[in-house]
Amino acid sequence: MIHLGSPSQRATARVGQLLSALGPLLALACVVLFFTAADAFYGGNTFGTVHNLRTIAVSTSGVAVAALGATVVIIAGGIDLSVGTALALCATVLAVGLRAGWCPWLAIAACIGTGCLAGCLNGILISVLDVGPFIVTLGTMSIYYGLSKLVADETTVRPLPAQVPQWLPDLLQIEPEPGWLLVSRGVWLAVLLAIALVCVLRYTVFGRHVFALGSNEATARLCGIRVSWTKIAVYTLAGFFAGIAGLYNFGRLTQGDPTSGRGVELIVIAAVVIGGASLNGGRGSVLGTLAGALIIRAITSGCTQLGLPNSYQDIVLGAIIIAAVVVDQLRQRRLE
Amino acid sequence: MAACWRRSGWASSIKPGRKSDVAAPLLEMLGIRKRFGATHALREVSLTARAGEVLALIGENGAGKSTLMKILSGVYQPDGGAIQLAGRPYAPQGPAAARRAGVAMIYQELNLAPDLSIEDNILLGQERSRFGLVKRSEQRTIARAALAQLGHAALSLDLLVGRLSVGLQQVVEIARALVQQARVVVFDEPTSSLARHDVEHLFEVIRKLKGAGLAVIYISHFLEEIRAIGDRYTVLRDGESVGSGNVASATEAQIVSLMVGRQIAELFPQVAHQPGAPILTAEQLSGAPIPEHVSFSLRRGEILGIAGLVGAGRTELLRTLFGLNATRHGGVLVEQLRPRPTPRARIRAGLGFVSEDRKGEGLAQIRSIEDNATLSRLAPYSRAGWLNLRRRRQAVRGWLARLQVKARGPEQPIHELSGGNQQKIALARVLHQEAQVLLLDEPTRGIDVGTKAEIYRLIGQLAADGKAIIFVSSYLPELLAVCDRIGVMARGRLRAIRPAGEWSEETIMALAVSDDEAAA
Repeated sequence: MIHLGSPSQRATARVGQLLSALGPLLALACVVLFFTAADAFYGGNTFGTVHNLRTIAVSTSGVAVAALGATVVIIAGGIDLSVGTALALCATVLAVGLRAGWCPWLAIAACIGTGCLAGCLNGILISVLDVGPFIVTLGTMSIYYGLSKLVADETTVRPLPAQVPQWLPDLLQIEPEPGWLLVSRGVWLAVLLAIALVCVLRYTVFGRHVFALGSNEATARLCGIRVSWTKIAVYTLAGFFAGIAGLYNFGRLTQGDPTSGRGVELIVIAAVVIGGASLNGGRGSVLGTLAGALIIRAITSGCTQLGLPNSYQDIVLGAIIIAAVVVDQLRQRRLE
Repeated sequence: MAACWRRSGWASSIKPGRKSDVAAPLLEMLGIRKRFGATHALREVSLTARAGEVLALIGENGAGKSTLMKILSGVYQPDGGAIQLAGRPYAPQGPAAARRAGVAMIYQELNLAPDLSIEDNILLGQERSRFGLVKRSEQRTIARAALAQLGHAALSLDLLVGRLSVGLQQVVEIARALVQQARVVVFDEPTSSLARHDVEHLFEVIRKLKGAGLAVIYISHFLEEIRAIGDRYTVLRDGESVGSGNVASATEAQIVSLMVGRQIAELFPQVAHQPGAPILTAEQLSGAPIPEHVSFSLRRGEILGIAGLVGAGRTELLRTLFGLNATRHGGVLVEQLRPRPTPRARIRAGLGFVSEDRKGEGLAQIRSIEDNATLSRLAPYSRAGWLNLRRRRQAVRGWLARLQVKARGPEQPIHELSGGNQQKIALARVLHQEAQVLLLDEPTRGIDVGTKAEIYRLIGQLAADGKAIIFVSSYLPELLAVCDRIGVMARGRLRAIRPAGEWSEETIMALAVSDDEAAA
């Protein structure tokens, strides 16, 4: 008596799913092709070179790692505005630790631990005070900025080169050594983290709970899911990723700069949204987020190669964010 | 139109081509067709509404009623067929055009601005003004006249609409339709959120609209309501109009068989079951703020019905039992244990809850069937937090077959299913979690007749398997037919529990509307 629908209907449904999963990747391919072609005709024909593509991958990796955490938060129906200043706080803690002569591993543990604590605090405030995550993380965004200035004593913190383990800046080498790595270790680390996150979201009870929480909190509660704990876990996980993004931040600057995280949250959220996640929660994909982050960086790089002024990059990026949200809206409407 | 009459020999009291003596048709929809992709939402639908008459539009969920009304109100454009309004071709290009032409819709969810006054709401979008300044006195006259026409002359125009009862909000919405000079008013299941006495008021208002020469189209699942308010009926099934006639000359059995396309053996199938050992006891249970001091005991294999008006505390009782609402006082014993008042603890103790609000609370609409069905109990498929998705999918397939769910498969999102099939998934969840006590809040609301009968049979079967069931419903015939005992709630208190055989609809209602406890 189960009515399975005609094979063609099932095929249509499957093709639709596939398209919406691959949409951000297709968009990325379009962006890359567009700039390669435009650059070949009007620019110096440098956009499509291996070196430039490696540069894009490397400079995306830090934002991408932070965006992995934001993906979980947004799927769970939340938002984290504090991710930028939190990752700058983590980088500052790392820099202060190294300068104080700590063992590098201890400093790195402190960096990631700071991220986890910052995320955990977000989660606790959101679930205990029962205040909207937008407001809570708007507040903690400022708090973490203030804390990192406090830790850094109102300046930037630069450890001596001898105090910094060599592999940390090497994480973001554009031409990797050895060459068979193809891209730098930092990019590979981001990919590994992404694969791990895909598995957690897809194959664990926690992952099911995150999706349930984001699609309908009332349903989640009714099914006996501990909503508060799940939220705290979600934001702590996001903090963990912010901590690792702090490593990248430090690796790039080789100093702890409290101001370096300001505005990053918007790029992070934009990457997740361009990647097809819904700010209403319940929908989003790791693969989409990676594509979203790459799209943003490819646009910046492409505009530079074409010699377009900075202002155009921002305008194009804004248009793409709005387009992504419109696509999401259209999907929602079809749902109704 | 021919298709319509061919299938309804017994019921066609009005022959095609001959104008009725009562009134000329105000609205005629002929051979309306509409496709969405590969699915034919409407194959061939015709209906006629006359001035001064109530046309009841009947059909199961998915029969095409909403699509037809969306075409009438200009939301969709038909693929074929023609509409005539007052003798002239009518093809609205959008909802605004339909309103201007005199077609008004009153939906289940009202379209009012809660923070504006009654007057502002009635004249919203058609304010009377000069040089941009609102002409207050003229507006008030118009609004008052509209309300008076509906028998609510005494209503103060300055009240905020958000403060009104749902029944009065409906009146405001109808008054707005009058001010817009509507000639056809469509009511889409208007009573689903109304208390019993508000339904009577609504019927009064509809009779006044009739008297004023408007054509009313009334969509409802409830045959009793159609009997009470309808003059003629048209039945839709699978996107076709399968019969029309006078309500007075049709029996309920005839209408039901038209709706489902077959004879339903029993509307209320009975499954023999025997109450066994006590499993759940509520002791002076009080929630915040209701219910108050509710005590009862429930046995395995027993179906306990809870009747009462909307707001009497029935839903709150279930939610307090399940730990969704805070417990203010008293306690709940499940098999001699006292589980903590959280949904998680109550689920572990063997309670299962099906919410009355499928869309907002009961189911995560954008998630798949398998996610929704297993969310409250993932343990059988998980080891150290990691899931075996293949085993889970297999288990869900079993539930789909057992409950005869019409779906593509376990991966289909909930929102693509009909209301009845969604409800089956909500039930599948509590069955999958192996709940021993099922708390069902309006489990048959918004569900077609055929599926209702399936759910009654399932409930009976569960009782026969030794589960205990609390069945909250506003639809007294089903409570009287399905339950072993029925409790009546009023004003947050459980007034009485008696065997179902000792109740009648009248005695239940008398107690439900009673104010003082002596009546119990």
